[in-house]
Amino acid sequence: MTETTPTGDNSLLEATFATRKIGWFEKFVGPENFRILVGLLKTPASIIGLSLILTYVVIGILAPVIAPPVKPNADPYSIPRDGFSSDPKPMGSEWKRNKPPEPFWYKPLTGNDKWVHLFGTSEGQYDIFYYVIWGVRTAFFTGLLVTFATLVIGVIYGSISAYYGGMVDNIMMRLVDVLMILPSLLAALILAAVLTPRIGKSLIPVMTALIAFGWMGYARIIRGDILSVKERDYVLAARVVGVKDSRILFRHIIPNAIFPTLVLASLAIGDVVLAFAALSFLGIGTEVGYADWGQVLSFARNWITALDQYWYIVVWPGLALVFFVMGWNLLGDALRDVLDPRMRGRS
Amino acid sequence: METQNEVLLKVDNLVKHFPIYRGVFQRQVGAVHAVDGISFDVYKGETLGLVGESGCGKSTAGRTILQLYKPTSGSVDFQGVDLATLKGEELRHMRKKIQMIFQDPYASLNPRMTVGDIIGEPLMVHNVATPKEIEERVADLLNKVNLNPAFASRYPHEFSGGQRQRIGIARALALQPDFIVCDEPISALDVSIQAQVVNLLEDLQAQFGLTYLFIAHDLSMVRHISTRVAVMYLGIIVELADRKTLYTNPLHPYSQALLSAVPVADPVVEEKRKRVILEGDVPSPVNPPSGCRFRTRCPIAKPGVCDASKPEFREVDPGHFVACHLV
Repeated sequence: MTETTPTGDNSLLEATFATRKIGWFEKFVGPENFRILVGLLKTPASIIGLSLILTYVVIGILAPVIAPPVKPNADPYSIPRDGFSSDPKPMGSEWKRNKPPEPFWYKPLTGNDKWVHLFGTSEGQYDIFYYVIWGVRTAFFTGLLVTFATLVIGVIYGSISAYYGGMVDNIMMRLVDVLMILPSLLAALILAAVLTPRIGKSLIPVMTALIAFGWMGYARIIRGDILSVKERDYVLAARVVGVKDSRILFRHIIPNAIFPTLVLASLAIGDVVLAFAALSFLGIGTEVGYADWGQVLSFARNWITALDQYWYIVVWPGLALVFFVMGWNLLGDALRDVLDPRMRGRS
Repeated sequence: METQNEVLLKVDNLVKHFPIYRGVFQRQVGAVHAVDGISFDVYKGETLGLVGESGCGKSTAGRTILQLYKPTSGSVDFQGVDLATLKGEELRHMRKKIQMIFQDPYASLNPRMTVGDIIGEPLMVHNVATPKEIEERVADLLNKVNLNPAFASRYPHEFSGGQRQRIGIARALALQPDFIVCDEPISALDVSIQAQVVNLLEDLQAQFGLTYLFIAHDLSMVRHISTRVAVMYLGIIVELADRKTLYTNPLHPYSQALLSAVPVADPVVEEKRKRVILEGDVPSPVNPPSGCRFRTRCPIAKPGVCDASKPEFREVDPGHFVACHLV
């Protein structure tokens, strides 16, 4: 037979199309996902989203510097209160009682000696600036932990369902259908309301409730993707060469099936934080005075008829929440764009 | 190519039905009779071509032989071992000797693994070589299929269809198998690349003494590569003969119709050639016709004969098997 491929001199070809070096990172995430990540760094929406999220990360990390706790040993998440009067005090009013130390940046930036309530105080004299700054940590904590927990539960549940198939799959997925019929926020509200008197007011009942009614979407997505990947020829090929079932599952099926689920999870972080704030706003969740945006918003309820005067109770925590959720949503939108097959080859 | 008459693989009355479930309780309401009792021998060193139109069960037959689908009944005797009875680890070990090349080179390589990992995986999972040896073997295999050994660190999406198919061939060769099922290995490729891959397969066969079951629907390609040819229709083999006999003297009316569809590259001959045109569609494999499967489209079918009983798959000449009442 004749030579079937040009195996000789390829230097001209290589000069035209330089062989791309494949770094360890690309090797680790796989070529397709690497393309997605690179695409993310080139989309304006995701750059804005990422910078918003990064800003919040920095604020969260620097919270003790930006808003130092009253005493070094005090729980920083319980917001310092300046007295007990019910009327909110306007922005810039002076700290009288229970004054935390002034942070180092305050004087050079404002030229003011006295530490004031930058964003005013809420009903009960809780400092709104402290709420906004320390609430960042709560938002990240709840958002990431709830999303991670729902993701893990959903992926395990969906994988089991897809792996066993048949009757098991049928029963497991019908249970998911049943849970998905319930309006998730309402269901979470009821569960949290039931749990709170038993566990006490803290983050736990609300987070448990959000996890309990948040994992079904992941289970469905991963199940569908596993079912489709399971039938691909390369999985069959792995069986032909004698790869064991466990290795087929972890090496061939899950790496090719999990990415859409991860995208869904990244989209969900903002929603989780929003749902958490909604439950907090309704008065379920943390103790009064715990650094949590939803809670400070709920303080504004009683003053809603005089918002022209007390607007700062709503605006500052509200903006913090809006930009936080917007950051994640922009990132998620960009991710969806990059994942669109029509975008392929453009980035 | 001369065949030695040593039987490597003996397929006996192999049946594969896919059950159809309906309703809340998933009751079985029927079955797709994908492969419905096929028997043939494969001799060592030969290429047995398996042809038939789409949906006739060629691929299912190949996959059932490989035990990728559990046979409904029948046996697959490979070197004295019935593959259909093997389970788990025993079957996994037998896989070293029987390999497969897939139809779609774009679907048969895991996009998340490098070419080196893909070709080296069979060696790794069977613990037959150290990582260092695997690396050498992979380079060697890439050379064998005329690819640059430096490609081992690349990903499948960086290759063309023909190159990918050769990667698939290298993977199939990794464990030095005796028998390879080629499931339409060229039908997804360009015509120019098809010749390349077929030539490579022939070279490798000569070099390693491989035996092929070559599944295809391209009759001229099958004619080129096969030693013997089996014709399938709706889950059964209707005719089996050596290449020359089948192409010059097909006995079964379906084989005749199939072969008359191959154009002749001579306008004078082409003008005079008589074509057998089949009417209608292939019947549903869920409810195959009674008696002879082909009778609904057969130009010479006789009522009372063909629908009465299944034609026996008998040897009319030495080595020439036909399943037809009227031959």
